[in-house]
Order: sequence, then C-alpha cells, then structure tokens
Amino acid sequence: MKKIGKKVITLIITLLLISFTAFLAFQIIPGDPAAAVLGIDATEQQLAALRREMGLDRPLAVRYISWVWDFAHGDLGQSYHYRTAVSGLLAGKLPVTLALTALSFVFILAISIPLGIVMARFADTRLGKAMNVGNQTLMSIPSFFLGVLLILVFGLILKWFTPGEYISYTESVTGFLGYLIAPAMAIAIPKSAMVIKFLRSSVLEQRRSDYVRTAYSKGNTDNRVLFVHVLKNACIPVITILGMMIADTMAGSIVVEQVFNLPGLGRLLVSSIGNRDYPVVQAIIVYIASAVVIVNFIVDIIYRIADPRIRDVSL
Amino acid sequence: MGKSMKKKNTALASGLIISSVLAAAMIIGIFYTPYDPDRMNGAEKFMAPCLQHLMGTDNFGRDIFSRVLEGLKTTFFVAVCVTATGSFFGVLLGAVTGYFGGILDEILMRMNDALAAFPSILLALVFISILGSGKYNIILALGIIFIPSFARIVRGEFIRQKELDYVKSARLQGAGAFRIMFVHILPNILPALLSAVTVGFNNAVLAEAGMSYLGIGVQPPDASLGYMLSEAQGYLFSAPWYALCPGIVIILLILGFSLINEGMGGQHA
Repeated sequence: MKKIGKKVITLIITLLLISFTAFLAFQIIPGDPAAAVLGIDATEQQLAALRREMGLDRPLAVRYISWVWDFAHGDLGQSYHYRTAVSGLLAGKLPVTLALTALSFVFILAISIPLGIVMARFADTRLGKAMNVGNQTLMSIPSFFLGVLLILVFGLILKWFTPGEYISYTESVTGFLGYLIAPAMAIAIPKSAMVIKFLRSSVLEQRRSDYVRTAYSKGNTDNRVLFVHVLKNACIPVITILGMMIADTMAGSIVVEQVFNLPGLGRLLVSSIGNRDYPVVQAIIVYIASAVVIVNFIVDIIYRIADPRIRDVSL
Repeated sequence: MGKSMKKKNTALASGLIISSVLAAAMIIGIFYTPYDPDRMNGAEKFMAPCLQHLMGTDNFGRDIFSRVLEGLKTTFFVAVCVTATGSFFGVLLGAVTGYFGGILDEILMRMNDALAAFPSILLALVFISILGSGKYNIILALGIIFIPSFARIVRGEFIRQKELDYVKSARLQGAGAFRIMFVHILPNILPALLSAVTVGFNNAVLAEAGMSYLGIGVQPPDASLGYMLSEAQGYLFSAPWYALCPGIVIILLILGFSLINEGMGGQHA
C-alpha cells in the first residue's frame, strides 16, 4: 500500500511536469498571441486591451497557476482560430479518438494473444517459421500506409466500406463503430505483430525453465504444460508491453485519423498546428500525455497484482 | 544451437541485402535519376509502371521512380542525422550518469521518465508547432526526442560493466575516468548500442514518414516518401501504384534494419 502511495505522488509530479512543459513550451514561441488573434490591422490600444483580457500582462508563474486552475476546472481557454471555447471543441472530438483507441486495443488483444501462443506452440515447425517471417514483415508496415492499403483493398476494391464517409456516433452507433474497424485494424495489426513477437519469445524462454522440465517429467502433455504452467509466467512481461501499446495506440491514432478522415483529436491537433492555434494544441497535448501517464500508472498497478514477486521490491 | 545460429544469419543476411540495395539506390539517386524528379509532363499523367517509367508516373506526369529515389535520399538523410544526434548525446549522457551515478543520475533519469511519458510523435508535433516544419527542424526535434532512449540503454550497460574486473584493473593501472568510459567500456557495449541504433533508425524513418504524411514534416520542394503517400491517396483507385511504390519502399527500409537487429540478437524493440 505504501508503495502505491509513493506511485501516486510520482504520478502527480509527472502530471504537473507535463502541464508545466506544455505551458512553458508555448510561452517561448516568438510572436504575440494577441496579435495572432487580432491580425496585423489591430491598433496598439486594441492589442493592449486584449492582452489584459487574456491575462498576458501578469507574471509567468501567476499565469501558469491560473492556467492549471482553469484547466482542472474544465476551462481550456479560447481557440484563436475557431473563436470558441477549446473545451467545447474537444468534447466533440474526444469520443472519436477514445473509441478508436479502445477498439484498436481490443483488436490488439484479440489478435496477438491467440496468435502469439499458436506461434510459440509451433515455433519449431515450418509453419511457425513462416509465420514468424510474416510477422516480422507486418511489424515493418507503418500504420498510415496500412491504412491506405486497407482503403484500397476493402474500401475501393471490395467496397466493404466507403472511404471518407464518416458516420457520426450521434447518427448511428453501429455505423460509427463499423467505420472505425478499418482504422482500428490499421493501428492494431503492426502493434499486434510486436506483441506477438514478444509473447512468442517470452513463452519460448519460459519453456527452457526448470519448472517446465519438472512438469514434463510428471507426465503432463505439451498443451497442459503450455496453458497451465508456462502461459501464466510468460504473460507477465507481456503486460508491460501492452501498457506501452496503449500509449502507442493513442499516438498512432493521430496519424491514422488523417488517413481515414476521422474527426478526432489527432486531426484537430494537426490542423491546429497548421493554424498556429496554440490553446488547442496545448490542451490536446496535455490531454493525450496525461492519458498516457495515467494508463501507465494503472498498468503498473495491474503488473504488481499479477506478479507477487515484485510487490515487495522497492520502486 | 547450431540451428538457431543459422536462422539468425539468414535474418542478418537478408536484412543486410535489403538495406544495402536501398542504400545503393539512394547513393545512385544522388548522382543519377532516370528523369528529373520535378519535371512535369502533361502528356504522361498516371502512366502505369512500364519500361520507360519503372514505377509509373503521377498526377503531374512526373516519374515516380525518380521521385522515390529523391524521397529515399531525404528519408535516409533525416534518419541518419537523427540517429547520429540521438546516439551521440545519448551515449554521452548515459555514460556519465551510468558511470558516476549520484544526484546527477537521479535528476536526469527523472527527467527522462517524464519525457518518456509523451509518445514520441506527440513530442515531435510540439517541437514542430513551435519551430515550424521543414527538414532541419524535424532533425532537431527528433534528434532531441531520441536522446533519452539511447541514454537509458547506455546507462544500463555502463552500470553493468563498471563493476567488471577489466574496469577495476584499468582503474588500478591509473586510467582516468574518461579513458575508462570511452576507451575501455564503450567498445564493450557496442553490440547493445548497435542494436539501439538500428531501432532508432527505424523509429526515425517512421516518424519522418508519418510527419511528412501529415504535411508537417519535410516540405516541398524536398521530396519525401511520406508526403508522396499523402498526395497519392487522392488517386488511390485510378493510380494505385502511386501510393504502393513509396509505401513499399518505406516498409523495405524498416524491414531491412529490423532484420539486421534481429540477426544480431538485438533486444531493444
């Protein structure tokens, strides 16, 4: 319990560090945000008034504290480009990215765990070796190119879905999820290949342990040794990799949203970078980075529950 | 054992073949491309791959093969610079923190952890939104982002090596700390470092291609495989080769290096 308390404190410090980095990064940009809003025709009085209104005349530390305070209360500032509250902008996009990330992660689990086990089971056969080569190749496909391939094969040739014709979750939940299948696959397949590789080598490593020999010598069958003895131990390192995958999946959605024209956080982020709409960029970055840190924290806790051996080891 | 050695060599050999072919194509591309990569030809739009145009032509009638060579050059250049920057500073930081330990180590590693919390493409986007896009800003952004991963690996290796007998004996013979770090220990961690370099190279290729695909990476007139892919997406049905050719080259580039890493028994996936 004490260890978890310490972890919580580290989590809070990391979150503060993220917010400070995100805040500071956009303070050192050359140029005046007030001028960015008003354009080049603004008079000096207008600029001064807007700076006061935006709080730009206060010291840095005060601005940071009030920014964090507002952020924690859901006020993410005003978008320069859309002239609306950032929180409202994000609220519409967040479900898309969350759904995409969640669906991708479900696919990763559904693909990698059974296939990883099968590949470890048949590692010595010709089939297993061929699958390993295929896996290595899949690992090398960037998700955005895989997205393009999926659009070409399943969208344009087989016509299973209409590329670019996004269905909002407010219109039809099933249609929305249906449209997300291809982008989620584009994210999930290369990541699954990585998890498969890891799970396979983890199982193969465990199979060389003494307890496996003991299990065999007691007359257990191959399958029983694999599923009852080996798998439990082999899955522990895989949990860490899966945790890292969640962060990667979120990052992957930034690019893949663009491929499939999905109106999520990633596309908003990219277009806001183009528009120099810093409050939006700042908010999205803090959102995604915080989500990653919190997910990693949860994975860490699960890891501790799954492996009693490291519960007592110091952090 | 003998069998697994043989398999590793196959991976290494095929990785080396793929990577050398691409590197050779890149080097040839510096001096010679079949056509001027930027020359438009209204009469030859969307030609399918044929003998005159190995990879066909694009929406402006430009030769895709020449453009792929040009893009390969940019991608290689960015990836090599990023890996060099990341590994140089990473080795320096990792060596100092790993060898000396102490409070500096503690501070740097905490910062490292905080930085590792950001997905690298997200961090790169932050840098780009501040610095602006373009080839050199990408190199700067990715180079900085890649330092921590190298530093972590090198630090771990230094901590392991510094307790070994050869280091103690060097110390007894009066070798200074920096001599021990860079003359004695560094050559011994080369396998781990090489593996980190191949992984770093691949991540750099992926990041550059991804960012250029998003239109915030390498900017025209610099050709880029990622940017070609995003242009090609609009003509996916009428000219699929336009998207397939640069995409497959990206895959081969990454596959080559990951096979080399696999063949060397690398772990740092």
